[in-house]
Amino acid sequence: MREIQEFSLDDLRHLVSPRALTGETMVLNMGPQHPSTHGVLRLIVELDGEIVVNCIPDVGYLHTGIEKNMEGKTYQKAEVMTDRIDYMYTMGNNLVYCLAVEKLTGLKSPPRADAIRVILAELSRIQSHLLWIGTSALDLAAMSVFLYAMREREMIMDVFELVSGQRMMTTFIRPGGLWRDVPSEFEAAVREIVRVFPKRIAEYEALLTKNPLFLDRTRGIGKIDTMTCKAWDVTGPTLRATGLAHDVRKANPYCGFEQYDFDIPTQTTGDVYARYLVRVEEMRQSVRIVEQALNKLPYGSVRDNNRKYVPPPRSEIGMSMEALIHHFKLWTEGFSPPVGSVYATVESPRGEMGVFLESDGSPKPYRVHYRTPSVPLLQVLPILSKGHYVADLVGIIGSIDIVLGDTDR
Amino acid sequence: MGIEQKTGNTGVVTTTLEQAVNWSRTNSMWPMLFGLACCAIEMMGAQAANYDMSRFGMELMRASPRQSDLMIVAGRVSQKMAPVLRNLYDQMPDPKWVIAMGDCAACGGVFNNYAILQGVDEIVPVDVYISGCPPRPEGLINGVITLHKKVSGEKFAKWK
Repeated sequence: MREIQEFSLDDLRHLVSPRALTGETMVLNMGPQHPSTHGVLRLIVELDGEIVVNCIPDVGYLHTGIEKNMEGKTYQKAEVMTDRIDYMYTMGNNLVYCLAVEKLTGLKSPPRADAIRVILAELSRIQSHLLWIGTSALDLAAMSVFLYAMREREMIMDVFELVSGQRMMTTFIRPGGLWRDVPSEFEAAVREIVRVFPKRIAEYEALLTKNPLFLDRTRGIGKIDTMTCKAWDVTGPTLRATGLAHDVRKANPYCGFEQYDFDIPTQTTGDVYARYLVRVEEMRQSVRIVEQALNKLPYGSVRDNNRKYVPPPRSEIGMSMEALIHHFKLWTEGFSPPVGSVYATVESPRGEMGVFLESDGSPKPYRVHYRTPSVPLLQVLPILSKGHYVADLVGIIGSIDIVLGDTDR
Repeated sequence: MGIEQKTGNTGVVTTTLEQAVNWSRTNSMWPMLFGLACCAIEMMGAQAANYDMSRFGMELMRASPRQSDLMIVAGRVSQKMAPVLRNLYDQMPDPKWVIAMGDCAACGGVFNNYAILQGVDEIVPVDVYISGCPPRPEGLINGVITLHKKVSGEKFAKWK
């Protein structure tokens, strides 16, 4: 086991202000075990009394080597790793990887698979926002929101379990479509969510939106403008809270998002409260998308028919020799996409999530790289928190909604 | 004719010191608020209203290791995090227990690579392993009950 890396003030000379070296300001450590860092984030905070002068994120405490691990696995097996990157948006992680593989191989997911993908990805987004609203309100000492949010999260988890047998790490979306068709109970379960959820959002809003304590802790805190967001490559609700309506689902639609009627919520103030409002409205819009997708859920196959890439259904294997061979080849050797490199993106609850995939013609990806939205968000954290109280730092970390698995991978 | 019969109606319960201490240790076990990765989300799920871990006297998650008895290692432990985890374990006062929640904490899980510790038992003694990636909240509760059983059977001679 390695020793704990210890910093002396001299090591931090290039990061802290000169006032810290004379002892005028205080340099403190926050994390990696801290209740409000949403994972294992370590911050080195320079304080002038209670005011944050600077904060330096120290990432890598959750570095998992996922990208490297994926290079050693076939395309199908590597997908299992993707769930664990942004573990709050598992369906979206699968989706972006599958979109990249589909771009590489020319597979086309059928309309039914696309609609189910949209439903599951949006439910995943709601799930992530629910956890965010629960934990970030908890950081600002509003306990009951967490309990309510987790109650609704269980409904969504039940749907995931229904379709895939797993609550979080589903690997349900596969290259060329889905693992299997959804069971018959799926529609009723999602309809129930669509029916009750808008009322539940009103419940959270009743607890927070006009709560004076919450307003005091969030309004005017952690401000950022559009230009800074663009300069630092910040996307997602943090960018939309500054007034720029950029959303990958509209700007670069995937899975047929262009057929659905939904708005991109924006705010102009760019503070913690604006980010809160944007996310709450996003949950409403996601429910709208889910409802529309459910209403026009087409019938048909949920997988591409290209047997060189997509395994045949179980029923075919006993009937056809080719199906048996394809099944055997796909699950032992894997498939070999043509040489090339692709980049695919989706809108994750935190911003633009992309995957860069390079193939050298072998059954294993030559290089996989995830462009995750939490990294730029952490980079602007010093800008957001400068000049605020250390107590507000907790609210700011909550408001940018970072997932450390997403940052460190 | 033991003392139980004689004091039966006077509101006095007799027991051994061993049982009394083990009972109190089991029913007020405070876990450390320490989430690492995906399993931490299910740990939160176990604490929320649907699964409600407070039924087992565990609603009070302590953010400080100095106030906690139980460390639930919820998630993958990277090489960078390992010394921190050990440090936290060392800071917990005795008696202390460790639950390795999930495959990553138990054995490295799907991540057999340079970055992840292949099981948290390489650095801290583990009492209960919970399988699953991530385990369901019921799985965690089952692990907690297993630990409670273990603690309630501890012998005076082996008290820490």
